[in-house]
Amino acid sequence: MLNRLSTYLYQRPKLVLGLLLGPPLIYFLVVYIGSLLALLVNSFFRLEEFTGLVVREFTLEQYAKLFTSTNLGIFGRTAGMAIAVTIADGIIAFPLAYYIARFASPRMKTYLYIAVTIPLWSSYLVRVYAWKLILAKEGIVSWFFNLFGLQFVLDGILSIPGIGGSSLSLSPIGMFITFCYIWLPYMIVPIQTALERVPKSLLEASSDLGANAAQTFRNVILPLSFPGVVAGSIFTFSLTLGDFIIPQVLGNSRFFIGQAVYSYQGTAGNIPLAAAFTMGPIVIMIAYLLIARKMGAFDAL
Amino acid sequence: MPSKNYGEKASLGLTLGAIGGLLFLHVPIAIIFLYSFTTDEATYSFPLPGVTTKWFGVALQRADLWAALTLSLRVAVVATIAALILGTLAAAAVYRSNFFGREAISFLLVLPIALPGIVTGIALRSAIGTMNIPFSYWTIIIGHATFCIVVVYNNVLARFRRMQGSQIEASMDLGANSFQTFRYVILPNMATALLAGGMLAFALSFDEVIVTTFTAGQQSTLPIWIFSQLVRPRDRPVTNVVASIVILITFLPIFLAQRISAQSSETEGGAK
Amino acid sequence: MTTSAVRFEQVSRHFGEVKAVDQVDLEIQDGEFFSMLGPSGSGKTTCLRMIAGFDRPTRGTIHLYGQDVSDLPPYERDVNTVFQDYALFPHMTIDENIAYGLMIKGVSKPERRDRVDEMLDLVQLPGFGYRKPSQLSGGQRQRVALARALINHPKVLLLDEPLGALDLKLRQQMQVELKAIQKRVGITFIFVTHDQEEALTMSDRIAVFNLGKIEQVGTPADIYEKPATPFVAGFVGTSNLISGEVAEKLTGSRQMFSVRPEKIHLGLPTDTPGKDMLSIGGVVRDVVYLGLFTRYLVEAEGGIDLVVVEQNLKTTSMDVLTSKGQKVLLFWHKDHISRVGG
Repeated sequence: MLNRLSTYLYQRPKLVLGLLLGPPLIYFLVVYIGSLLALLVNSFFRLEEFTGLVVREFTLEQYAKLFTSTNLGIFGRTAGMAIAVTIADGIIAFPLAYYIARFASPRMKTYLYIAVTIPLWSSYLVRVYAWKLILAKEGIVSWFFNLFGLQFVLDGILSIPGIGGSSLSLSPIGMFITFCYIWLPYMIVPIQTALERVPKSLLEASSDLGANAAQTFRNVILPLSFPGVVAGSIFTFSLTLGDFIIPQVLGNSRFFIGQAVYSYQGTAGNIPLAAAFTMGPIVIMIAYLLIARKMGAFDAL
Repeated sequence: MPSKNYGEKASLGLTLGAIGGLLFLHVPIAIIFLYSFTTDEATYSFPLPGVTTKWFGVALQRADLWAALTLSLRVAVVATIAALILGTLAAAAVYRSNFFGREAISFLLVLPIALPGIVTGIALRSAIGTMNIPFSYWTIIIGHATFCIVVVYNNVLARFRRMQGSQIEASMDLGANSFQTFRYVILPNMATALLAGGMLAFALSFDEVIVTTFTAGQQSTLPIWIFSQLVRPRDRPVTNVVASIVILITFLPIFLAQRISAQSSETEGGAK
Repeated sequence: MTTSAVRFEQVSRHFGEVKAVDQVDLEIQDGEFFSMLGPSGSGKTTCLRMIAGFDRPTRGTIHLYGQDVSDLPPYERDVNTVFQDYALFPHMTIDENIAYGLMIKGVSKPERRDRVDEMLDLVQLPGFGYRKPSQLSGGQRQRVALARALINHPKVLLLDEPLGALDLKLRQQMQVELKAIQKRVGITFIFVTHDQEEALTMSDRIAVFNLGKIEQVGTPADIYEKPATPFVAGFVGTSNLISGEVAEKLTGSRQMFSVRPEKIHLGLPTDTPGKDMLSIGGVVRDVVYLGLFTRYLVEAEGGIDLVVVEQNLKTTSMDVLTSKGQKVLLFWHKDHISRVGG
């Protein structure tokens, strides 16, 4: 019986393909693509002020609202944070990635890899919480500064307008540290992958041709591993752009994109405006992905 | 164990940089465990004013926590099962035939994790709103499955591609029909990839907050419970305990999944 | 009329625009050691895969012992395959690998045991059954793959370049063993290879493939001595191809023919070739001393280059190297040429 069914299917490879591909594809088309379309459609609707109901008529009202100075400020602030976090993570990630790729023994490499990827997969929220503890006014960082009598340094940093605040746990600088921490593994893994692909013979060739270690690094290793940096930056940039947890937990009243979307759809129930707002990061990310692809970053993913 | 560079040593600066990076990644997690023993109820003061284990007991008594934990586990289990089935089917389809649009499928599946989580979240929220679907246990699961599928898909597809030689053909050649081949050859080959993919999907779902915020309505999963505590801290000591427990629950499956992947020398799935 | 083991009728297999196999007719007799020889991409492996059932003909039919199997899946064909990469199941022991076909058929455990041991003896791996494939060498895996296929007593055994991954010495040893095993079990063997020497050594008959078509089918001696096309003449061994005016002067016909380098005698211009010999004068342009024999490149009358090989029976390297630039007379027996069409 099974034999006959198996033979029946064997003779119809297209049917088998349909049976395999059908369920996941239908799920994705209906749930995910369908939702994205609903998002797009909603961004052209508007909210009736008095009833709080969505009016299903075409309007560009929501997109017009994006160009108010408050909202442009939100976009600029978020993009600026995303860029700063991406650069900082690139700098922090490189030594560790380089060490894992070139100097760790195979056994060590496995453990280091796991050590990097566990935070990548686990406990996003809890790890944000950790920084709430660490950066709190009465927390470890303050204690540390006090210990060395450096309280004035901390106060000085916090008093800088734009990045300071009442405490580290309620300031852009605190957010910046937390963002760097949370997305760091996403930068390490692609850089490490790219570095692993640089053949050792190239480094030997470079030193054979008279380059010292620093020259080899600058002229051979860095250019060849750069696609990995770009690949990592896709994640750090995209994730920072869309996050609303960290600004909500550690930020001040100056909104980020994610927070705006979250609050419009939540308390205000204004899904059309939230939808239009989301088009911002989508457009930015698509542009970013296109540039990244040009730079060969997709090969390093 | 010989290093790749035949005795060449990393410079002091590089070693320190690497160690610094590792500490930066892991010390904060250790601090959470430390705080779950604090006697301080009102602030996050350091050094800890005193040490106690009573908050574990208090946390165990909290019905709202138990409800959130149960909901999170139920969601994670069902989302993982759905992801295992759909992800494996998609991987098998992409592996076995060279159909038109194969690249597009991979791209489509990766989208939910390549785009910011908030996009998936608000998109699902729009669809739920537009179609007047009531929030439920199932709206959470549908949201989670969209980003869990790709994890299983990546793991299984990588394993298919790594499968040694023409084993499927060999099995059929030796008289096994498709179902027997699946049972005796494909499944044993895929077992650890399914296990690894499943555990990662589980951890991802158990932990997820961004998409969940948009699909849960008034329901509270464990991450949502924690999030509300982060925004408006009411039960600081209990939150510390819960945070420690979440780390423990997600740590084990991820650690095992990574070990399995490392053993089969796979580094796929590194992208969330 | 006896039924042949395998019969191809106008079989084509197209992959998009590519005609991997193009209108092939072929008959393989029961009990033959049959080789499919050709360069990579010539269609030989696709033909093998269609016999096994991994691929289906785009057009035409394939018969196994009179039965049309064109649409049957691999598991319904009485054919087994030894794969190029062996395709052993890594999660099973050697015993379990060999017993796989019997297990699927539902053969009882004790009987499986006995037959597996029998097979391990046949391929000279007694006592290896408990190991995993990863613990064996390439040559040993090769034997396990053979045992796993033979235990099912297939009517036809397909071998897809099974010796390709082995080093030269092991390969030569396996060639002898394979031939011996084939004699012992009496099964039709169909052997795919790109190595002409291997095909000549082992086969009862050979089909030479090129660009999806069969150029020639015949015994090794036929193929070597009487190549039917320029491709066969060039692919199996080396040949001198002569056509046009020079051919007309020698044979009376402008049609192209081939002559093997070792059939040509290298004589002095004063020599008189006997009756039935064809001869042409020339000048030695290059000499390569190869120990066992010496290869000469001679520019013959009419401006054509001919390769001549002579065994170093009496000469030494010093002698042969001085022959460069000398005038010579080349001659060979008229039966040693083969018309290659054109």
